[in-house]
Amino acid sequence: MDYAKVWFVLWAVLWTGYFALDGFDLGVGFSGWLAADGEEDRRDIFASIGPFWDGNEVWLVTAGGATFAAFPPVYAGLFSWLYPALLLILFSLIARGVALEFRGKVQDPAWKKFWERTAAVSSLLAALLFGVAFGNIFRGLQIGPDGYAGTFLGLLNPYALLTGLLFCAFFLFHGQLWLAHKVAGPAAARAARIAGRAWYPLLGLFAAWAVYSWADTGLSANFIERSWLLLLPLGAGVSLLAARLLLARGRAACAFGWSFGAIALFSLAGFAGIYPDLLPSRLDPALGLNVYNSASSAYTLRLMAWVVALFLPVVVAYQYWVHRVFGAPLSAAELKRSGMY
Amino acid sequence: MDTLALSRLQFAVTAMFHFLFVPLTLGLGWLTAWFETRYALTGDEGYLKMTRFWGKLFLINFALGVVTGLTMEFQFGMNWAEYSKYVGDIFGAPLAIEATVAFFLESTFIGVWVFGWERLSRRAHAAAMWIVAFATNMSALWILLANGWMQRPVGYILRNNRAEMVDFWALVTNPYGWLEFFHTVFAGWVIAGFFVMGVSAWHLLRKNQEDLFRKSFGAGAVFALASSLLVFVVGDMSGVNAAKHQPAKFAAMESVWETRSAAPMALLTVPRLSGEGNAVETLKIPYMLSLLAFHDPHAEVKGLNDIAPQDRPPVLPVFLSFRAMVGLGMLFILLSGLAVWLWYKERLDQYPLFLKVMLFAIPLPYIAIQLGWIVTEMGRQPWAVYGLMRTADAVSKTVTPGQVWLSLGGFFVFYSALALVDVWLLARYAKKGMEQ
Repeated sequence: MDYAKVWFVLWAVLWTGYFALDGFDLGVGFSGWLAADGEEDRRDIFASIGPFWDGNEVWLVTAGGATFAAFPPVYAGLFSWLYPALLLILFSLIARGVALEFRGKVQDPAWKKFWERTAAVSSLLAALLFGVAFGNIFRGLQIGPDGYAGTFLGLLNPYALLTGLLFCAFFLFHGQLWLAHKVAGPAAARAARIAGRAWYPLLGLFAAWAVYSWADTGLSANFIERSWLLLLPLGAGVSLLAARLLLARGRAACAFGWSFGAIALFSLAGFAGIYPDLLPSRLDPALGLNVYNSASSAYTLRLMAWVVALFLPVVVAYQYWVHRVFGAPLSAAELKRSGMY
Repeated sequence: MDTLALSRLQFAVTAMFHFLFVPLTLGLGWLTAWFETRYALTGDEGYLKMTRFWGKLFLINFALGVVTGLTMEFQFGMNWAEYSKYVGDIFGAPLAIEATVAFFLESTFIGVWVFGWERLSRRAHAAAMWIVAFATNMSALWILLANGWMQRPVGYILRNNRAEMVDFWALVTNPYGWLEFFHTVFAGWVIAGFFVMGVSAWHLLRKNQEDLFRKSFGAGAVFALASSLLVFVVGDMSGVNAAKHQPAKFAAMESVWETRSAAPMALLTVPRLSGEGNAVETLKIPYMLSLLAFHDPHAEVKGLNDIAPQDRPPVLPVFLSFRAMVGLGMLFILLSGLAVWLWYKERLDQYPLFLKVMLFAIPLPYIAIQLGWIVTEMGRQPWAVYGLMRTADAVSKTVTPGQVWLSLGGFFVFYSALALVDVWLLARYAKKGMEQ
């Protein structure tokens, strides 16, 4: 078995897990206030992601660690070439985490307002920047014979910005669907309405992204060669439709499940498009960092594949259990007891 | 300053900042789990109040530990790309394993613990805190196995222009990593013990909820005494380990310049600022240095004169940090021993001065643990991986000094603000006392 190829799949799965899971936290972070009317709503909205966001963020830590272990040059290249962008993502994530933890620690409106705004700005920035970063990866980076030859501003090209907006739209929809079944009372209904309206621009952005990707990036080649891969982007589109239809029937929890699927399939479609590259080069396809020239030794890959194969299902199992335990919204009494709100 | 100097400074600053928050959680998790277990088994509401009080302080720390930990993961790639490429095959593995087997566990179950008071049975809820405490310490194990590999690289061969892992078992059983692990977590437990004692002392001085804070003080004292003794024992073993595997580091720790057998230890040593030799070396204890270095009074201890200047670590900071750390470590045994005694004899109330000392002693173990990291990491210089890769070769080639200035400035402003808010919050919650 070629473990480098196995690791490409695991790599894609870890990033995909991160986007589909932390996506709703980020969406709630930057758009939750839209569904709120008053302090109690805002409290319930932040509380809805309280038990989950930290565990979700570890998918990112694991994706990063796995990139380090399985594809060291990719980890080194991605983080050092895009130094300013990664720094911004890092600061956004730190600010987001601190805002969620500190918001309820002092019962003072100005204190809460400050951390709510911090959470909104940092979550939006993180969502946008992840989109821009992966948009650039899907499109191909300016990798020349001497390494990266691009600039920071070059990362802000139209395709990457479109991907950034698409990430934001996905996470907004995802976050509002989360709220639509995870908070009690009128805020849930408002969230469902917002999700319903946000669906149209999301679909538009997704379609534009698909067309742009087909026309102007190297993503199309793999789909032409192996047409069954088209099931991924098509599945993402179908999932989006299903989410909208279920939402219209008032089944927000199911709609959320489909939006989860839509984000996952969209992300996997992007990764399927760049294979065998992890960081494609826009200057010369031969210079991209791929599973052949950037993977760790067979020994390390096999070992780490086993570690992930054994432990990731356990992680998924207990994270699923946590979702079961906190299936019903947290009551006001519970929130008080937690000391967090 | 060039990218190398700036990146080193940034890594040091962000790692030390990260380590203001992590070590307390290493020990406070166990104490909180212990209190909650007493509550779960006896139904004693006092233990519930203790659990909730110390748990809250645990959480405020935990949050900062998590977010500042992200920085550490990002920085290897951002500032140390050449390092990451060269050793990622073996060094990346423990980091990825840490995330998969430990970090997921603590981050998920901390949420269960915080919000699950009404959704889990008492015992299951207490179990959640045991899981968090266990996973936090397990995180430390994998991170320190990674660091241990940088100190004493094992289980690899040089192939394809990089260090490739050939023996995972050697990495996992690397004694250097395990000694660092025990030394670090025990030191973290000392911090937790002193933190609990100091905060409790503040309340005892004000006669707040005396019964519960006396109980807390006692638990903190016993924990701190046991941990201080363990730190001391492991510290001694770590010294022997350094003398054996990193003679340059050991020589710098003791500022030893002449290689000799049956080496004495000079209690009063003042290294020359020029970095060549000692200005003062007096109050010598015969055989002591050989004894410390190899547990053998006649063993030969290597001096810095026999190590090429380009392979020597900076002597003065390593030497001073080491002496200060050891001195503090002994002070902790003394203070916590006294604390256990006074608590056991129920005479704490008669010694308000001692309680005040314990309050102001809270920062001391923090200082000691930071000094310890200065010894470990500066003592490893000029190597990123001892004997294998120099720090100068490890830094990113494409990152400009301007970029690092920007990030360093950003960290400075951002982290200062975070530290202020966090310390303010901790003090606020600590002063509030337990729920009525």
